Amino acid sequence: MPSQVTVMVNGSPVAVPAGATVAAALGSAGQPSRTSVTGEPRGPLCGMGICFECRVTINGTPHRRACQTFCEAGIDVRTEE
Amino acid sequence: MSKVAYDAVIVGCGIVGAACAMEFARRGMRVAAVDREMVGGGATAAGMGHIVAMDDSDAQFTLTRYSQQLWQQLRPELPDDVEYEQCGTVWVAADEEEMNEVRRKHDYYRSRGVPTEVLESRRLKELEPNLRDGFVGGLLVPEDGVLYPPCAARFLIERAQECGAKIKTGVCVTKIEQGHVRLSDGGEIAGGIMVNAAGITAPELTAGIEVKKRKGHLVITDRYPGFLRHQLVELGYLKSAHSVSSDSVAFNVQPRRTGQILIGSSRQYGAESDAVDNVILTRMLQRAQEYMPAIGALSAIRVWTGFRAATPDKLPLIGPVPGDRTRFLAAGHEGLGITTSLGTARILADHIHGRAPEIPIEPYLPSRAAKEFAHA
Amino acid sequence: MAAAARAAECGARVGIVDDNPTLGGQIWRGESGEAQEKQEAAVWRKAVLAAGVSTFCGTRVFHQSRPGVLIAEHDDDLHVLGYRTLILATGARERFLPFPGWTLPNVMGAGGLQAMVKSGLPIRGKRVVVAGTGPLLLAVAAYLRQHGAEIPILCEQAPLSSLFRFLVTLLRQPKKVGQALLLKKSVGGVRFATSSWPLTAQGKRMLESVTISRHGKSETIACDYLACGFHLVPNLELPLLLGCQIHGGYVQVDDLQQTTITGIYCAGEPTSIGGVESSLVEGQIAGLAAGGRREEAQKLFPAREKARRFAVTLDRTFRLRHELRNLASPETLVCRCEDVAYARLQKQASWRTAKLQTRCGMGPCQGRICGPVTQFLFKWNPDSVRPPIFPARVVHLAAALAGQSDTQTASTLGGS
Repeated sequence: MPSQVTVMVNGSPVAVPAGATVAAALGSAGQPSRTSVTGEPRGPLCGMGICFECRVTINGTPHRRACQTFCEAGIDVRTEE
Repeated sequence: MSKVAYDAVIVGCGIVGAACAMEFARRGMRVAAVDREMVGGGATAAGMGHIVAMDDSDAQFTLTRYSQQLWQQLRPELPDDVEYEQCGTVWVAADEEEMNEVRRKHDYYRSRGVPTEVLESRRLKELEPNLRDGFVGGLLVPEDGVLYPPCAARFLIERAQECGAKIKTGVCVTKIEQGHVRLSDGGEIAGGIMVNAAGITAPELTAGIEVKKRKGHLVITDRYPGFLRHQLVELGYLKSAHSVSSDSVAFNVQPRRTGQILIGSSRQYGAESDAVDNVILTRMLQRAQEYMPAIGALSAIRVWTGFRAATPDKLPLIGPVPGDRTRFLAAGHEGLGITTSLGTARILADHIHGRAPEIPIEPYLPSRAAKEFAHA
Repeated sequence: MAAAARAAECGARVGIVDDNPTLGGQIWRGESGEAQEKQEAAVWRKAVLAAGVSTFCGTRVFHQSRPGVLIAEHDDDLHVLGYRTLILATGARERFLPFPGWTLPNVMGAGGLQAMVKSGLPIRGKRVVVAGTGPLLLAVAAYLRQHGAEIPILCEQAPLSSLFRFLVTLLRQPKKVGQALLLKKSVGGVRFATSSWPLTAQGKRMLESVTISRHGKSETIACDYLACGFHLVPNLELPLLLGCQIHGGYVQVDDLQQTTITGIYCAGEPTSIGGVESSLVEGQIAGLAAGGRREEAQKLFPAREKARRFAVTLDRTFRLRHELRNLASPETLVCRCEDVAYARLQKQASWRTAKLQTRCGMGPCQGRICGPVTQFLFKWNPDSVRPPIFPARVVHLAAALAGQSDTQTASTLGGS
């Protein structure tokens, strides 16, 4: 079982501990998860899947909650629509 | 308790009541408008907010087209949160029979000055890539639009207030009598004329009118900008709207300016409860997926219901209560309240002031019904 | 987990459905890369598995197809869950209060930041200001410190007098004294400020510093994260959808934790915010009652009574001060999904008019974040609940009738 997993965040590789969530990957890369309707950068707030601030596009599917999604090797995470 | 006698008392601050309040106030009448809850909170809040030229009958077409043009004239003054978008409607034809209907509509609209374009299959797909393959074609009506009704109603009321109208919310009108309306808080508002614009509760205030509740469901998704460009309607929509008795669904989706997709539509008679009906909901969403398979993957964040005020002949009641000179109706607009609100207010105001309205009011007069209206 | 284990031990066929990727909820969120988790959590996890409970993680109930059948979504899959007995243990979420800058990235809930760290967010060497109210703050500060974070200050809005009284009641319970001492060890040395709350958060694209108020004076502290939560609010959406009666803001239950709907039980935070002990006892009572072992359930009543008294104390101690109503400036966003500012909401008369005129509460969080804010700021009461109680794919919502015709039920929860 590898101790690290690498995911792609906006085209750049980010390494996280195995079992980490996509939100953790964004956080460790210093990336906001989304842009709000008036253009503010946003990051996760609640950490438990209810605030929807951590929404990202994963492998082409939009509106996936990053804090409730485990990182898998090579997944493509995009924070801009 | 009001000591002032108003020139006009409008019952109901939905889109129709709000339009009446604005129109009457800007003509110099002293207006009071009352709503039992809030401005734009009834069917106005529940509906799709479309502004469409609809041709179920000549009279319906005339009123919707007239009113649509009034919205276009008002457009530059509409604040941003009214979200007026001239996105156009595309009527979708699933087979040759529906394509014939497309051609008929095209001729009908064209001969009456409404720009339309017949779309063949490939062009339809170009305009709306998320429609499934295999549609025969469609009809584009570019001047149709959408807006966000609660803010539109609020805007119209604000306009009325700028002309001196007084608005009272959170108070129910219990009776419309000669010369005044009675309120649930024990008060009264005196007025020269009274307008019943109370939508589905209109029959409670004017006896003998045939206005029935017609329940609808809507679903709204999260934001998917670019998924949908035009309002899309299946040609079976008219069959659904036309039907007098059965429960029906018809494909009707709309892009909102937020990028959210509004999914409808459903019609049920005799459904009293405002609870979401799973049977109808699933039929409606399955229909939507039949037309746009990709819609299945979108995230639905809310479902709600609402009640349209429907009349037997699909035309609203606009004009005096038969035999009465001071009490009027502006109700029963079914799914076309937003569209026809401005036109309704105009022709009613013209009629009251003894001026010839810009379109004939006869088809909408309450007296057209064979039944006699009892005096309240 | 307590309810499921006990119910299964009574011989019932039991399933657990949870939105989170693993069992444990918020308090016992699985720790990524952690070799040992809390002993208590491990015990219950083992009990659940040993009792043969079916688990459906990452699965959210969003609608009821008809009484006795829930429909839930797990990514691309739909789960149809038929049950004879249902135990609702939907827990609680943090309450957030708006202040200028609260929407900056790296401002999170207190439990929120802890959850993120447990899920792999690196925190070693980072400066974290902890603020808000409730015992959760101490637990979070302790956890973060254990993982190498630097905590310049912990700001508790409750006054020292309330906390002192709270401490005194704690000392009457040996278990709690033990917990308190352990905590003290972990957070010893952290500046602990009472009657203190955040005023503003600053930063260009993400948080850079926080200005806090402390006894009338303000102080600006550079930091990487702000972990800020104002106690908890119960998750009532599913109980409401199912028609359970709510009383005083909590689900009404009888002695055996049964709601006003026969066959539906409720345990834990939705019945009152009481913390781990309360949840465990109530969960067990519900599980035993659902499994038909009333006498055993009744044996736990004294323990529950004790836990409930603690819940009342918590409520009283960490009551929100009126000053917190004045933190937001006119431009401060209240609804984060739709970016609705405080000034726009001040003009509205009710939750419903606010929703319709500004879209506050109409975003994907379905009012979970902004609802409690508007209740606190304006005393608005929320609307009734409508399905879906969680966003769900159109294709799954279209299956709202699933479970009506065939009996392709994924699991039965409870039942005897």
